[in-house]
Amino acid sequence: MVRIKVNGEFHELEVELDTPLLWVLRDHLNLTGTKYGCGIAQCGACTVHLNGTPSRSCSIPVSGVLQVDIVTIEGLSSDKSHPVQKAWIKEDVPQCGYCQSGQIMAAVALLEKNQNPSDSDIDNAMTNICRCGTYTRIRKAIHSVANVSGSKT
Amino acid sequence: MEKLSRRHFLKSSATVAGGMMISFHIPAQDPSQETMIGPVAPMTTSELNAWLTIDPDNTITIRVAQSEMGQGVLTALPMIIADELEADWRDVRAEHADVNRSIRQAGVYKRMLTGGSGAVRISRPYLQQAGAEAREKLIKAAAETWGVSPQECHADYGKVHHKATRRSVTYGEVAGLAAQLSVANVKIKSPEDFSLIGLPKPRLDTPEKVDGSAIFGMDVRLDNMAYAAVQHCPVLGGRVRSFRFNAIRNMPGVILAVRFDNGIAVVAETWWQANKAAKALPIQWTIGDEGKTHSETFRNEYLAALGTQGTSVLKQGETLPALEVSEKIIESDYLVPYLAHASMEPLNCTAHRTDEGLSLWLGTQDPESALNAASKLAGVAPEKVQLTNCLLGGGFGRRAHTDIVEEAVQIAMEIDRPVQLIWSREEDMRSGRYRPMAAMRFKAGFDLEKQVVAYTNHSVTHSILRDLGAPVDNGIDPTSVEGLSNMPYEFSPKSITHTIKNTHLSSYWWRSVGSSQNAFAMECFIDEMAEAATTDPILFRKQYLANRPDLLEVLEELRQKSDWNKRLPPGTARGVALHECFGTIAAQVAEVSVNNGKADVHRIVSVVNCGNLVNPAIAEAQIESGIIYGLSAALYGKITIEKGRVLEDNFDTYHVIQQSEVPIMETHWLLSGGDKWGGLGEPGLPCVAPAIVNALHKITKRRIRSLPISDYYLQRA
Ligand code: FES
Ligand code: FES
Repeated sequence: MVRIKVNGEFHELEVELDTPLLWVLRDHLNLTGTKYGCGIAQCGACTVHLNGTPSRSCSIPVSGVLQVDIVTIEGLSSDKSHPVQKAWIKEDVPQCGYCQSGQIMAAVALLEKNQNPSDSDIDNAMTNICRCGTYTRIRKAIHSVANVSGSKT
Repeated sequence: MEKLSRRHFLKSSATVAGGMMISFHIPAQDPSQETMIGPVAPMTTSELNAWLTIDPDNTITIRVAQSEMGQGVLTALPMIIADELEADWRDVRAEHADVNRSIRQAGVYKRMLTGGSGAVRISRPYLQQAGAEAREKLIKAAAETWGVSPQECHADYGKVHHKATRRSVTYGEVAGLAAQLSVANVKIKSPEDFSLIGLPKPRLDTPEKVDGSAIFGMDVRLDNMAYAAVQHCPVLGGRVRSFRFNAIRNMPGVILAVRFDNGIAVVAETWWQANKAAKALPIQWTIGDEGKTHSETFRNEYLAALGTQGTSVLKQGETLPALEVSEKIIESDYLVPYLAHASMEPLNCTAHRTDEGLSLWLGTQDPESALNAASKLAGVAPEKVQLTNCLLGGGFGRRAHTDIVEEAVQIAMEIDRPVQLIWSREEDMRSGRYRPMAAMRFKAGFDLEKQVVAYTNHSVTHSILRDLGAPVDNGIDPTSVEGLSNMPYEFSPKSITHTIKNTHLSSYWWRSVGSSQNAFAMECFIDEMAEAATTDPILFRKQYLANRPDLLEVLEELRQKSDWNKRLPPGTARGVALHECFGTIAAQVAEVSVNNGKADVHRIVSVVNCGNLVNPAIAEAQIESGIIYGLSAALYGKITIEKGRVLEDNFDTYHVIQQSEVPIMETHWLLSGGDKWGGLGEPGLPCVAPAIVNALHKITKRRIRSLPISDYYLQRA
């Protein structure tokens, strides 16, 4: 029996300790917003936040996140109101959409650390793959969040 | 436990035939509004025709017969219907059409295949017709209610108006009556009357794709569902000889194993358990001569086949004597490798065999073939197979195949529970059906004035149609010579020949199909010809396109928009390419430099003529999408065979581009209007590789004649 905290809620689960967090989220908790793309920490589709740090949940066993605050795409907001989600909607970023949970989680983490990322900051932080090629709009959306929050200060 | 009731996405509704189906809905536009859709009583929703329903609250649900795989059909196709319908766009939502119904009702949704960049190109006229017919029904219903003539009424923004008496009524109010009426001889709009088509409307599916609630095939969750993973024979064509289930029987969660000809599926309580056990399962294979093949051998065989005569595809005049008297002859061989699709979402399919029939959930580009394949395998009548077409996490052609469905059905026949089969990324890539390998030889003769006096081309290509069992008896697979046989340049005499050559790998439609390899080879050779003629590459192309004003216009626009004649910093160069496919002309200029032996693509300027645009914002995204997909292939894409096995099995070995490598992309539309409605999902791709390679030649003075570019260490000359 393991106990993990996801999106502020505790869950007790019957699961092998080597099960990657990704599959615990998807198959045990039915939190299917977090996606499987490669299973080897290459694509970023499975990105979640572990204590605020963007992490590739396909390559982290559940045993490693027992004392950790896990946030998934479902935990960003209950109504698509997170500034990054709003920017994604405004720029109409997604195509197939499959990579976008991971892209958004990576972007949120980047913007939390760096309110006004440069293009090269974006290049370095956003290593998630998008086979549909939504990269230009992703960049635009990140800059637009930076501009909105920048204008507030 | 939240299962089928998850969020608002899965909805039970009554079909026309009275059966229950599960369908996916894109909620009406306001992203902040969580449209909670409960079960709808059948009487409240009115079906105006197979394509659309209207609720009393004016919600219009439009059925889309093409599959949403990123290209925007769930928005663009409803726009075509809603325009004719004179709907208020804010009332519109979209869902995938029900393939079971199409099969029961004599193909009511006409073409359900998604491919060939055909969604708008092919279905536009009948979608307009469906929207117009529904509008006329609504007008007739309102007129009847008011006791006036329909001619005195008109429709606008979701209402019918009677100007003379200043009365109006919403669609929702008259939809019930309208659904019972029939109308005849309804005319569709001509383009100058469009009110919605041509606007950059936001995609209807975006809100669901920013919070994880969009349901892809892999996200389907059913009560009591088990999961399956598979281990295929590492060599395509190999067969299972034996396997030892006992070795994995006691692994956590394992339920059973199902034997296919070419692999074993393991079913378990979770997918992680299933995949772990599938990987651990000891399997003995029977592998034939396929197990002795190598990419290197394939390359040599394909190049050798270039020397054979081939089958004539097109012959104009006599090239042999013309070549004999040529002042100068150039000849080049080009080679392209197999490519994987590598859609972001690995292939998967959920299947459940019940007493009533068979249910399937997956994202497919070809729901009819999927349904029929399942029906045949399960011995269940097609009408009793329900297929829910979920969102597709990319398709690029791969998701038209039924292999994943066939495996899922075989598993479902063995277990009394719903099962979700997922191919691991490794299985997805290794058991792929690849973009064909091809070799091409070009020859051109020039006279003293450097005019082209002869042109020949022989291609040797792995035939997709032969893999599919389609007849290619005459020795030509037309999909293999797309772009080569119908090349626009007026060279005369010319001779185009072809040879089909298949290996043990299996090939399939890959974004832009034949154009993906043929435009590369041909447009690079055109640059070689321009060089031989000591002419600027754009000027050279224009010289031989005198009878194609549409192509000339595109090239001229591109010359200007790309700053073709402007100086670039040393070590940077521009290359051009032009190609027409799926009814659309696209030309591109790539601006490229060389750093650390690698190509650095800075900017890609496109000029596109697809005639008309339904939604310019989605259209632009499609061109960019094609460019990025083409860029990954040009720079890195290759499938390597060793001892019959595919070496690349994940994104660490099959490289695709990331954010940091994305060039500036500028897309310019040169729309000729009229009846031309060209496709857009694919035409952005073919020119990318040749434009880059042509630019690289200016920097390195070496010709690259095979892909990917990363096989070369590049150096400034
Ligand atoms: S699935 Fe985790 S990085 Fe690809
Ligand atoms: S939107 Fe399809 S993979 Fe990124």
